[in-house]
Amino acid sequence: MKILTGNDLKTGAVVWWDGVSWSIHVEDAVDAGESADDIAAREEALRRVNVPYAIEAEKTENGIRPAHIKDRIRALGPTVRPDLTLKPADPEAGNWVI
Amino acid sequence: MYRYDHYDQAMVDARVAEFRDQAQRRLDGKLTEDQFKPLRLMNGLYLQLHAYMLRVAIPYGTLDSRQMRMLADIAEKYDRGYGHFTTRQNIQYNWIKLEDAADILADLATVEMHAIQTSGNCIRNISSDHFAGAAADELVDPRPYAELLRQWSSFHPEFSYLPRKFKIAVIASESDRAAMRLHDIGIRIVEKGGMLGAAFYVGGGMGRTPMIAPLVRDFVPLDQLVTYAEACLRVYNRHGRRDNKYKARIKILVHELGAEEYTRQVEEEFAHLLGQGIEPPLAELERIKDFFPDPAFSTDAPTDIDRSDSAFALWVDRNTHPHKIPGHASAVISLKPVGGIPGDATAGQMRLMANLAERYSFDECRVMHTQNVVLPHVRMADLHAIWTELEAAGLGSPNLDTIEDIIACPGLDYCSLANARSIPVAQRIQERFAETGRTEVLGELKLKISGCINACGHHHAGHIGILGVDRKGVENYQLLLGGSEAQDTALAKITGPGFDEEGIVDAVEKATDVYLDQRQGGERFLDTYRRIGMTPFKEALYG
Amino acid sequence: MAELLRFRDDEAVDHPAVTVDSFLGQSNANAVRIEPGDDARALLPHLDQVSLVEVNFPVFGDGRGYSAARILREAGYTGELRAVGDVLVDQIALMRRCGFDAFEPDKPLDDADVETALARWPHVYQPTTDGRVPIRTKRHE
Repeated sequence: MKILTGNDLKTGAVVWWDGVSWSIHVEDAVDAGESADDIAAREEALRRVNVPYAIEAEKTENGIRPAHIKDRIRALGPTVRPDLTLKPADPEAGNWVI
Repeated sequence: MYRYDHYDQAMVDARVAEFRDQAQRRLDGKLTEDQFKPLRLMNGLYLQLHAYMLRVAIPYGTLDSRQMRMLADIAEKYDRGYGHFTTRQNIQYNWIKLEDAADILADLATVEMHAIQTSGNCIRNISSDHFAGAAADELVDPRPYAELLRQWSSFHPEFSYLPRKFKIAVIASESDRAAMRLHDIGIRIVEKGGMLGAAFYVGGGMGRTPMIAPLVRDFVPLDQLVTYAEACLRVYNRHGRRDNKYKARIKILVHELGAEEYTRQVEEEFAHLLGQGIEPPLAELERIKDFFPDPAFSTDAPTDIDRSDSAFALWVDRNTHPHKIPGHASAVISLKPVGGIPGDATAGQMRLMANLAERYSFDECRVMHTQNVVLPHVRMADLHAIWTELEAAGLGSPNLDTIEDIIACPGLDYCSLANARSIPVAQRIQERFAETGRTEVLGELKLKISGCINACGHHHAGHIGILGVDRKGVENYQLLLGGSEAQDTALAKITGPGFDEEGIVDAVEKATDVYLDQRQGGERFLDTYRRIGMTPFKEALYG
Repeated sequence: MAELLRFRDDEAVDHPAVTVDSFLGQSNANAVRIEPGDDARALLPHLDQVSLVEVNFPVFGDGRGYSAARILREAGYTGELRAVGDVLVDQIALMRRCGFDAFEPDKPLDDADVETALARWPHVYQPTTDGRVPIRTKRHE
């Protein structure tokens, strides 16, 4: 599947297109398919997201998994600071990115 | 330390107002991201993996306690309680909001700090010797010259849209503690016939095409220093490549023209510029020098210390550097605890360092390009008290210049340019060597890790270097040997095929095995490598 | 047509500028246009016949035109020096310092933004031919 990501213009937070708006949780991402570029252009023009881009991802039993490690780290947070990731209570969360 | 006068303050305040206006125009949609990007970069604001990142300039690495406390306050108020000291003596914050950026700059301006030109295709913050003003081997304190160049390069009307970034380092001793020849311009203050002047090395750099800067002029009189720099920059701005960002650094221009032809063009431009009134009056250099007097050192400070506590004695041996005044030392605070993040410090640790600087080091501390902090002027009699406080705060690691004192860029944990993570590799190596007790046995061994070819982690200049690459979406690490960023500047060579994360830690250990097996006398790792060459290491690694 | 922003009192040249090559190949033009790769110094022997030099910025990040401008002013050129192309409001204060006295941006600039930008800097660190007294001189007066 093709999902859309970018950063929030004001806060810089990593965000994912959930079909209606932008979520900080990659699990909320939806397949943007053919309309990815159009959505990205529209949302960027509205300044609801900064530098959006489409990436490959797959749906797994543990949720949506971006194809590239860089986007998995973006989805989680820095692996060397588990306390600052989106899953601070899960000590194994870092393994998901590898 | 240099202090702003009302002119400097007015310029920094104007910059804050300018950036506030620019950020607002971006938020209002009057600027596109493409237009805003170079403007925010020239104020140190990046968009990284998880958030905006702000890089704050620490001119020539020098800070007083008030400034260090402000860095701590910013970490707490606007970030997540910590900051990262960088290989160019700056600090960066990883979790900044665009809406807060102008307020942070305003806070910094209250303590004579800023983020001006800490990124972008302009002249970056000037770096220098972290032991400036303290080292026994320096000719003069290099920082007044760095400050003179800081003012010249700030908001430069002609050089704000260069082909690529431009880094300058200034030193004034034979020992090079600033990787001077790996800068776009490296300046060494030298003496000739009783006169001071500057030797210019131009066209060095790391990145994807590492180069050691050739000497372009062995002596520029001090009253022509700025004019010569202007000539070097003008030739670059006019003729540096702009067709390919990977070939846009001045090192490529100097390499393609040849040092001789580049020098000829600089000299021609210099001859022209000498008639243009570019040079500040010598009175200005004298004014700046007056800000860097020797502190009021005690002339009879005791030189012997109680070494009965072996942990303390080890720290003294490892982490202090000889001072020009008897009974004093420069004490290095290691930001490399085993398993920690190289260069990171919490707000609390920053405040402790500020307190120690205030109490024991004439209110001064310095950021080192090795991502540590030094208290430049402490009495040997105070070392035990300092060490005790550092130990309690997790800052007492006795590992300066050892294999645990790893330089590592933020890597793929934070950086949008990275191809692989650097920090976890640094941590695994530290842990391996701390566990086996090898660290001290190996002695001086500088290990440097970059998470991509841009080489922020100085891997080309490591006795052992590691470069993270992306191999079909999997992190892979190449091993390099034999680099140095000291006065014996050398570029490391790659050993062969790369390794995975576990494999690279083993590979580093194997390389150190070869060294321990082959070393003679008091050889360091680098000395042994230079004597025996790459082959024995390759055999051990791949044989 | 892009709007022309001009800081001169004389009459603007009203015919198109020629390229550096064609200027050097003929002797009667008085308006010439410098592209980023052109050598501004090639014009120096002919400055007395030139009334307008346009310096083109095809992309705002290409800063060669700043050097071209200073070289012409340092050689004593007093005619119009016009920055054209991808010229943005955040650049014009520096361009003024380099000697530009006219701007013809692809996208017209907001008047209020221009005024703010040009009034931004109370002092300057570097001397240029614009005559502003740099800080390092003011300090020792």
